[in-house]
Amino acid sequence: MSDTLAGNKTTTAGPTDGLAVLEQTRSAAETYGIPLAVLLEITHRCPLQCPYCSNPVELDRGSTELTTEEWKRVLSELAELGVLQVHFSGGEPTARKDIVELVQHASDVGLYSNLITSAVLLTRDRLSALADAGLSHVQISFQGNEPMVADRVAGLKDAHRKKLEVAKWTRELDMPLTVNAVMHRQNLHQLSDIIQMAVDLDADRLEVANVQYYGWALKNRAALMPTIEQIEETSRIVEEAQVRLKGTLAIDYVVPDYYALRPKKCMGGWGRQFFNISPAGKVLPCHAAESITGLEFESVRSNRSIAWIWQNSEAFNRYRGTGWMPEPCKSCEFREDDFGGCRCQAFALTGDAGNTDPACALSPRHEEIFKQAEQESAGTQNRFLYRNFAGGTLEADGHQDKPHGA
Amino acid sequence: MASRNISVSETSRPKLPRHTKLKFDETRQVWVILAPERVLAPDEIAVEVLQLCDGARSVAQMVDQLAEKYAAPREAIATDVIAMLQDLADKGFLTEARESTA
Repeated sequence: MSDTLAGNKTTTAGPTDGLAVLEQTRSAAETYGIPLAVLLEITHRCPLQCPYCSNPVELDRGSTELTTEEWKRVLSELAELGVLQVHFSGGEPTARKDIVELVQHASDVGLYSNLITSAVLLTRDRLSALADAGLSHVQISFQGNEPMVADRVAGLKDAHRKKLEVAKWTRELDMPLTVNAVMHRQNLHQLSDIIQMAVDLDADRLEVANVQYYGWALKNRAALMPTIEQIEETSRIVEEAQVRLKGTLAIDYVVPDYYALRPKKCMGGWGRQFFNISPAGKVLPCHAAESITGLEFESVRSNRSIAWIWQNSEAFNRYRGTGWMPEPCKSCEFREDDFGGCRCQAFALTGDAGNTDPACALSPRHEEIFKQAEQESAGTQNRFLYRNFAGGTLEADGHQDKPHGA
Repeated sequence: MASRNISVSETSRPKLPRHTKLKFDETRQVWVILAPERVLAPDEIAVEVLQLCDGARSVAQMVDQLAEKYAAPREAIATDVIAMLQDLADKGFLTEARESTA
């Protein structure tokens, strides 16, 4: 899953190049309505078991997934609406046998396609077929810079070696490569090496994304939460590398909101510039939105068009704009800067998605939650609950590395 | 493999790499550059320059063409065009026509 569209990363266009990033505030994305890019989570099936998986804890079973024909219809409809890019994601998108056919259809209707993959299921032939079908960009997740940590976090033997191999093929096939590295207490000590790994793999971009704590990650928070010292070190390493590697490797950095004073502008604001489609065809304001109970999400299998769902459905309108806000958001001067933060996080931590995101220092719950996370970060609970369809499996005892300091 | 760290000069013959697409967006009635997980909105000048980046023309030829069209001093145009193309190249949206040996 990509956080690129989450609106909380440092995407900037230089003033000299005559370019502007359309997704920035008060840009075309808001003026023109329909999002520029849509995330397609075409399956929740995945051979990896990362304990911070961004999929909901209640995963969609394979039997509920949209069919090939249904996804093709969705792709055509998105192109007609004015969507320009799609991200094939999951779960693991290549777990679907029809991934090449879907990418080909995206190309046929004029969509720019990105593949967000764990890479472990890809052969060189299949990757080559995807390139021939018009795939324009491959993003591969890495869990560390060497197999010991990486395979443990992924919960899959030999995963790291396989990923390195696929990354190499991606560049041989002349497709741009993004390395996605999700960072947490168990792998932050490898950050410098991960940056060098991305350079060695000839990647164009590196996403350094601190774990966002809802769903699976919230269940694993005690084992994943970094210390504030680690975060400060991380920011220092990233900033130094961004300067040093200018023109070689672009580094996008997603900061952890637990240690910020202000919440992230999650998804660029609910229902403002982002939606995704779940494996079963639900149109969602955020990939974690189904974790919010009491909200009904419309499906592409209904007789509603995607445009209608985007504009009119109850779920999208519930937290759009500023009208729904309680205090302290309602009268806050920053209400249109962050739109009250993340609804899923507000729900997960306070039980009400309509509350101020506790990541905000102005939230009455901020202090309490921050203190708890801080205690967890200094704790010794390093055992993972692995993500799977069985509701999670606890890591075997004694397999954990020693806790790593900064 | 696409070259990295290209240095744009008057002799360069830049072009958009396969994964960067310049396209007119009918819905929004604007030109856009599609790149990995990015949609950029080039201004009119950038669009005009990018349309000249066909891998055959040199930057010098592009500058001549633009200087003539706008009856502007060649030196000023060259400075602006090279700065713009270098920035695009640094972001990975531009490559050189010849195969890289790197």
